[in-house]
Amino acid sequence: MKYAYYPGCSLSATGLEYNMSSQAVAPHLGIELQELPEWNCCGASSAHLQDHTLALALPARNLAIGEGLGLSLAIPCAACLSRSKATEHAVRSSQETQSLIEALIDRPYTAAYPVKSLLEVFIESSLDILQDKITTPLTGLKAAAYYGCLQARPTDYMDMDDPEKPQTIDIIIEAVGADPVDWAHKTECCGNSHPTSYPKVGGPLVNRILQQAETSGAECIICACPMCFANLDMRQKALGQERDRPFNLPIYYFTQLIGIALGISPKTLGIDKHFVNATELLVQKGFIPKAESSAKGGLA
Amino acid sequence: MKKVGVFVCHCGTNISQTVNCEHLAEVAKDMPGVVFSTEYKYMCSDPGQTMIKKAIEEHNLDRVVVAACSPRMHEATFRKCLSGTDLNPYLLEIANIREQCSWVHSDKNKATAKAEDLISMSVAKALKNESLTPSVIPIHKRALVIGGGIAGIQAALDIADTGYQVDLLEREPSIGGKMAQIDKTFPTMDCSACILTPKMVDASQHPNITIIASSEVEKVEGYVGNFDVTIRRKATCVDPIKCTGCGLCSQKCPAKTDSEFECGMSKRPAIYSPFPQAIPNIPIIDQTACRYFQTGKCKICQRICTADAINFEDQDELVTIRYGAIVVATGYALYDHRDKYGEYGYGQYTDVITGLDFERLVNASGPTMGKIKRPSDGQEPKTVVFIKCVGSRDATKGHEYCSRACCMYTAKHATMVRDKIKDSQAIVFYMDIRTPGKNYEEFYLRAVEEYGVTYVRGRVSRIYMENGKLIIQGEDTILGTQVIVEADMVVLATAMEAQPDATEFARKLGITFDQNNFFNEAHPKLRPVETFAAGIYLAGACQGPKDIPDTVAQAGAAAAKVVALLSKDEMTTEPIIADVNINRCSGCGFCVPVCPYKAISLKTLTERVHGSVAWGPTGREVTRQVAEVNKGLCQGCGACTVNCRASALDLLGFTNEQILAEVDAL
Amino acid sequence: MTNQPLADNPNTSGQEWDPKILVFACQYCTYAGADLAGLSRLQYPTTTRVIRVPCSGRTNPQFVIRAFQKGFDGVLVAGCHPGDCHFATGNYFTRRRYLLMTRLMEFVGMDPRRFRVCWISGSEGPKFQQVVTELTDAIRPLGPNQKLRDIEPSVIGGISR
Repeated sequence: MKYAYYPGCSLSATGLEYNMSSQAVAPHLGIELQELPEWNCCGASSAHLQDHTLALALPARNLAIGEGLGLSLAIPCAACLSRSKATEHAVRSSQETQSLIEALIDRPYTAAYPVKSLLEVFIESSLDILQDKITTPLTGLKAAAYYGCLQARPTDYMDMDDPEKPQTIDIIIEAVGADPVDWAHKTECCGNSHPTSYPKVGGPLVNRILQQAETSGAECIICACPMCFANLDMRQKALGQERDRPFNLPIYYFTQLIGIALGISPKTLGIDKHFVNATELLVQKGFIPKAESSAKGGLA
Repeated sequence: MKKVGVFVCHCGTNISQTVNCEHLAEVAKDMPGVVFSTEYKYMCSDPGQTMIKKAIEEHNLDRVVVAACSPRMHEATFRKCLSGTDLNPYLLEIANIREQCSWVHSDKNKATAKAEDLISMSVAKALKNESLTPSVIPIHKRALVIGGGIAGIQAALDIADTGYQVDLLEREPSIGGKMAQIDKTFPTMDCSACILTPKMVDASQHPNITIIASSEVEKVEGYVGNFDVTIRRKATCVDPIKCTGCGLCSQKCPAKTDSEFECGMSKRPAIYSPFPQAIPNIPIIDQTACRYFQTGKCKICQRICTADAINFEDQDELVTIRYGAIVVATGYALYDHRDKYGEYGYGQYTDVITGLDFERLVNASGPTMGKIKRPSDGQEPKTVVFIKCVGSRDATKGHEYCSRACCMYTAKHATMVRDKIKDSQAIVFYMDIRTPGKNYEEFYLRAVEEYGVTYVRGRVSRIYMENGKLIIQGEDTILGTQVIVEADMVVLATAMEAQPDATEFARKLGITFDQNNFFNEAHPKLRPVETFAAGIYLAGACQGPKDIPDTVAQAGAAAAKVVALLSKDEMTTEPIIADVNINRCSGCGFCVPVCPYKAISLKTLTERVHGSVAWGPTGREVTRQVAEVNKGLCQGCGACTVNCRASALDLLGFTNEQILAEVDAL
Repeated sequence: MTNQPLADNPNTSGQEWDPKILVFACQYCTYAGADLAGLSRLQYPTTTRVIRVPCSGRTNPQFVIRAFQKGFDGVLVAGCHPGDCHFATGNYFTRRRYLLMTRLMEFVGMDPRRFRVCWISGSEGPKFQQVVTELTDAIRPLGPNQKLRDIEPSVIGGISR
C-alpha cells in the first residue's frame, strides 16, 4: 500500500524519533510512504485560533497535493491529523467551503482520498504482516496506551476510535506481544503547550497522567502524538523533583515499539534520543542486547 | 333548475360601513341560479333567521348563501337554521364579507366589488352543494387498557367505576409497572408500595375489570367504537385457574437467574412471581431459565404442585376481543448509559448504579433489606455522588428533552442517603434544578437545608477507579473550578425514554409518535390525552416523561374521554369526509398510505361488466380492487383526493367541482 | 423563463394595478389567521380572494393551474406550520407538492414567483396581512399573468370538464 506522507514541523525537530521509526518500520509492513512534495505547515494549534478559513486552507494544500498524486495521506502527527480531518470534513459537507478553499489554495481539492492516521493505516493493513514478522515479541512489557485529546476526538470526523475508551494503540501493544494496562487517563489532556509556557497549569496535567500510569502498573507509555510525547518525556525530571520521587516511565511512539519487535536497531528507531532513558527498560526485559545500549542512555 | 337565495347581512354597521349591502343584494339577483336576495341588519338574529326560513318556503329555495361574518363564527348557526326547514343544512354557503372584506378594506367601492366577488364565489359553490347526512356507527361498550402500570391501573379503575367493562392488559406476569419497584415517592415520601398495592388489589377485585397478564397486543383492526384487538396470551406454563398461588414451586425451583424486578441485584427462580405482592399472584415459568426447557430434565415444580397447575405443553394463545375504546398506558423505559457514557466507565464499575437500582437498594424488601450497601462488596457507602441528566438534555449521547422527574427523585435519594447512613455525604452534580410541582421546590430546599445535601452545578467529565475508590472528576461552574471527589458509590439519574418497541406498537395501533418515539397527543395543549386515531387515548409516560401525579391525572382524563365515548350507543360522524367513486377507482392504492388515520383500505369488488358481444347478454363477471373509506375513521382532510390519479376520491362538502366552481366564478 | 410585463399593456402602467391573488387557506390555521387580520382591522389589497379548504393538503395542483387559467396573477397556498397540522401530516404533502408545482411552472414557462406556499397560523393575523401584501408587491412588477389563460369560451364554445 502506498501513501503520501509528510513529517510536518514536529517530526522534523522534537519528534524526530517518530519520523525515524515510522520510516524504518513502514517498509517492513508493506507500507510505502512517499514524501509529499512541497508540503507545508498544517497550522496546527495556532491557525484555527486566528482564522477559520486559514485553518482549513493550510492542510487543504497538503491534501490537494496528495490528491494530485492519487494518494491518501497517512499522517503520523495527531495535530496534523486533526486539522486535516477537519478540513476534509468541512470540504465534504459544504460545496461552498470547497469552492472557497479551492480558490485560496489555487488547486482542485475534492476530498476524494480519505485522510488517514498512520496508526489507522497500521491497524487496517499491517496487523497480519506484523504477526508474521515479529522477531522479538515484547512479552511481559506492561504498557499504557496514551491517546491524548486529538486521536479520537471530536467524534464528528475522528471516527476511527471510541472517544472515551479508544483501543487502537492497545491493539498494537497486544500485537507486539506486550500487555496493555487498563487505566483511566488514556484521553486526558497533556496540556499541549502549557507545560512550557505556563508550567503552573501544564505541570499538574502531565503529572496526573504520569501518576495514573504509574499507579496502574505500567512500565512505559505508548503514544502517537509528538506533542504528548514531548510533554510526557521532557517533564518527568522536573515533576519527579517536585514530588521528591523520580518518575521513570519511558515514553515510546507506537512505531518504535513495533520497530523493537521487528528487531530493528534502537538507534535507527531513535530510541537513544529520549529524555527519559528508554533503552534501559528494553535491555532489562531482554528485548535488545546490552551492547547496543552502551552508547548513550538518554538525554535527561 | 336550482334556486339560490342570497342573504346579505349588515352586521350593524360592521359590514355596511365599508360595503354597500343594498347594492350587493341588488346585483346578487342577477347571479346565475339566484332567484331571491335580500339584506338585513342582523342576519344571525331571530328575525334574520326567520327571514331566511320564510324565504326558503316562499321562494322554494334549495340553496342558501349568507353573506356575513366568517363561517367560523356563524356557519353552525345558519346550518341549524336550515335544519329547521326542509333543507339539508349542508346546502348552505357563507360568504365572509366581514373579517375578510369590510374589516380589512377602507375603500367602499373596492370593498363592495370584492364582496360581490365573494358572494358570486359562494353562489357558484352552493349550486354544486349536495345534501350530506352524518353517518352513524355503533359503540361497543367495552374498553381495553394497554399497560398495567399506575397509569393503566388508574384508567381501568376510573372507567370500571362508571360501570363499563375494562380489560387491563399487561405483558409482564404482574401489574404494577415501574411504580412497584420504587421505594418512596416524592414529595411526600409515601411508601410507593403502600399507595400502589391497594390500587392493584382494587383492580383485581373490581367486578368490571379483567386483568390479562403475560399478554401482548398482536393486532388491532377496526375503528372507534369497534376495535377488534387480537391479544397474544404468552405461554406461562401455569394454569391460572388451578394455581392457588401457594408459592411452593418457586421455593423448590433449582434454577436461578437475575431478577428483573431487583434490577439484577438478586436472583429469582425460573418459576416465579416478580414480587411478593404480584397481581395476579400466579407464577410463570421463564423458559430461558427453566432447567426442564433447557436440558429436558427436572419438572420438580410439576411434581410438588398439589393443584396440578403446571403444564409444560402450554402454548401461546391468540384471542380477538372487540372494544369500543383503547387507552394506551405502556409507560417508559430507562436510558441505558452503559453503551453510551464512556466517561462513566461504560458500565464497567459495579458501584456506578442507576436511580432505579438505588430504589431497590433502599427498599425494605429489596436485595439488601433496605440497608444501603454498594453492589461491589456490600459495604455501606459513606460518600455517594449523584449525577443528573444522564441521557437527558444531552443531544450528543442521549435525548434532547428533560426527563422531568430526575431532579425530584435525586433530591429524594440524596435525602435518604443522609437519613440512613451516619456521617455520610451526598453530593449532587446538576445542570439546572427543575422543581415545577406542588411542594416540589420545598422538598428540594429541605434536601439542601435540613439534610445537608451538597449541590454542585456542573457536569461530571470522568469517573475512574483509584485505590478502590471511585474518582469523580467534574466541574463547578459557579465557582469556575474543577472538582475531584472520591466516592464510594455513584447514582446516575438516567433518562426516561420511550419503550424500545414503541414505534412498532404505534404502527399496530395506527397512532403516531414524535422524534423521541413518544406517542403523539392530538393537540399539545387542547387535546392532551387523545390521539389522532379516534377512540384511542393516552395515559402516562408513553406520551412523554412524567412523574406519578401527572401520570395519575392524565389517566383520569383518558378514562373520562373513554367513558364519554362509551356512554353513547352510537356516534354520528361529521359528513365532510372523503368519498370514493368506485366507477373511476382503478384500485391503485396510492391513497392508502397518504391517509394519516388509516381510513382507506382496498376492498375486492365483484361486478358484471357488459360491452362486448362475445360476453353475451349477461356480460362478464370481473373482480377488481377499489378503495373504501371508513366513515368512522375519516376526518375529512382531503389529502387523499389530491393523490388520486383518477379523481375517484373526492371530499364531500369540498369537492373538486365545488372548489373549481369558486375559482371559475371570478 | 420569466414572464416579462408587456410594454403596451395598459394594466401595467402606473401604480394603480393590483395583481389578483387567490389564497387557498386551510380552515384551521390560515383561514383563522385571515379572520384575525380582520378582527385586528389590518388592511391589505382588495384584490385578494380566499378559498377555504379543510387542509392545505386538500389543495390539488389542478386548482392552482385553474386559478391561473382564470386570470389570477398569483396564487398562495397557506396552511398550518409544519408539525401543527390539524390532520397531522397534510401540510407536509403541501410542502412536497409545492416543490413539484414550482418546477412544473418553470417547465410551462410561468414565473414560479407567482406561486407561493407559506405557513400562517391562526394567531398570525399580521403575518397574513404581510404575506398577501408582499406577494402583491412581488407580482406587480411581473405584470398580469398572460401565459396561462383559458381560450375565450366564445372561441371553442366553452370548456367542459
